[in-house]
Amino acid sequence: MSAVALTARRWLPPFVGFGSLVLALAVVEGLIRLGAINRFIVPLPSEVIASFARVIVEEDILHRFLLTAWECLASGILLTVFGVAIGALFHRLRLLRLACETWVAAMASAPLVLAYPLFLVLFGRSALTIIMLAFLSGLPPVILKTIEGLSATRRVLINVGRSFNLTPAQQFYKILLPSALPTIFVGIRLGLIFALINVVGVEFLINFGGLGQLINELAERYDLPAMYAAICFVIFVSVVFFVTTERAERWLRSAG
Amino acid sequence: MAEIGRLTRAVAPRPWMMPVMLLRVVIVLAVLLIWQFLSASGWFYRGVVPSLPTIAGALAKLLSGGDLYWNLWVTIDEIAIGLAIGGLSGLVAGLVIGGNKFIAAAFEPYLYYLGPTPKIIFFPVMIMWFGVGAGSKIAMGAVSCFFPIALNVAAGMRQIDQVLIRVGTSFRANPWQMATKIYLPAMRPAVINGLRLGLGVALIGTLLAETKLSNRGIGAMVMQAYAAFDMPRMYAILIVLFALAIGVNALVARFGGLDAIERK
Repeated sequence: MSAVALTARRWLPPFVGFGSLVLALAVVEGLIRLGAINRFIVPLPSEVIASFARVIVEEDILHRFLLTAWECLASGILLTVFGVAIGALFHRLRLLRLACETWVAAMASAPLVLAYPLFLVLFGRSALTIIMLAFLSGLPPVILKTIEGLSATRRVLINVGRSFNLTPAQQFYKILLPSALPTIFVGIRLGLIFALINVVGVEFLINFGGLGQLINELAERYDLPAMYAAICFVIFVSVVFFVTTERAERWLRSAG
Repeated sequence: MAEIGRLTRAVAPRPWMMPVMLLRVVIVLAVLLIWQFLSASGWFYRGVVPSLPTIAGALAKLLSGGDLYWNLWVTIDEIAIGLAIGGLSGLVAGLVIGGNKFIAAAFEPYLYYLGPTPKIIFFPVMIMWFGVGAGSKIAMGAVSCFFPIALNVAAGMRQIDQVLIRVGTSFRANPWQMATKIYLPAMRPAVINGLRLGLGVALIGTLLAETKLSNRGIGAMVMQAYAAFDMPRMYAILIVLFALAIGVNALVARFGGLDAIERK
């Protein structure tokens, strides 16, 4: 197959995908202009695109983005520290692991974010409510993946550590943790994704904080083009976050 | 031999279970004791951490009244319709994407990257499109569950053993027979897993939408308890809700055969 044909084969599907998206937007634009879709319910895509600049400048989106990022970072640090520590404890104490691992898995399937009114009462309408909810929602995958990673450490590596008379702490920091790091990072990545979803979601629900609050405010102002633009911005931030952590995970796996 | 192994496993006593159960009981008792201590400590605002008997009383009152069941029915109704719409469209999208490499390369990245975005931000759009009633909650459930189901079905479709497909073709199975005898049974684990994940996110999407704007359903009940600062009732509703969510998730995994598949 020629190089041109190979390039065409590689780039054609993404081109068709993007082209279909543009075509769909053009069709919606046309239908709204023809009056087939009510423009007070669905704004013109061209108006949405035009309102991006307004949202960025007038709504202080950088500050809001930094606020959301800070809440994500705080919950990310908490879930990494506590998740890895609890996972390591469960790995060390087998009985505790057998008793509690099912509970952690059950916690992962419980819709914890629905307890946000309870957190509002406990921590007030503040960033702490958002951080604590995001932390708790992202904790189970970090614990479970830490246990999985530590348990999958090759026997021969542990025996090497023993033959060097390593203390339990040295065994953990020099053998177990480096070996389990790629798997632990999978858990941290999942936890961070849950944290981001919950941070933006709770910001929207309690009308406090960064990007989530912006969408709520714009909806309440009935500024539809700006609201759609803000939603697109949040999707963009989520996708960038997702891709970055995915790349980091791949790099860590290949390095390990 | 496998049967004997299974029987032996089922009948043989498991000596490690005893201390595990004992530890579980100790942990539960310790948590309850700490809760009771915190409740009596006065460190929190009055009523924020109610005593265990108060919560138990509220739970009994909640379970014996008709209010919970009526609202639960409303929520189940919304989730079921949302899951049916989102699940069916996810199934069709997954089959189309999984069955065609070109379509997968063109459109799957959009599903893959849109999947983990927070869906609740679409709620204002859903309100505009489907109104403030049940329609917007159903739409939230449908949008939430569409992505995991579509992605799992597409992945399941790609993982079907080519030998099975060739067997079907060599028996000259028609498309319907291929779908019912080859594709769907081979994809069962992926479809069930997608449904399980879809159900979880549909439940969250619907209930969060109810907490934001509704006067009926379990989400609205939580917000009514919050507005009235009726903390024992809020704890009771959340206990029921979490128990139901965890139970349904385990049931789907068990009856869908995921437990058996994961053990293999």
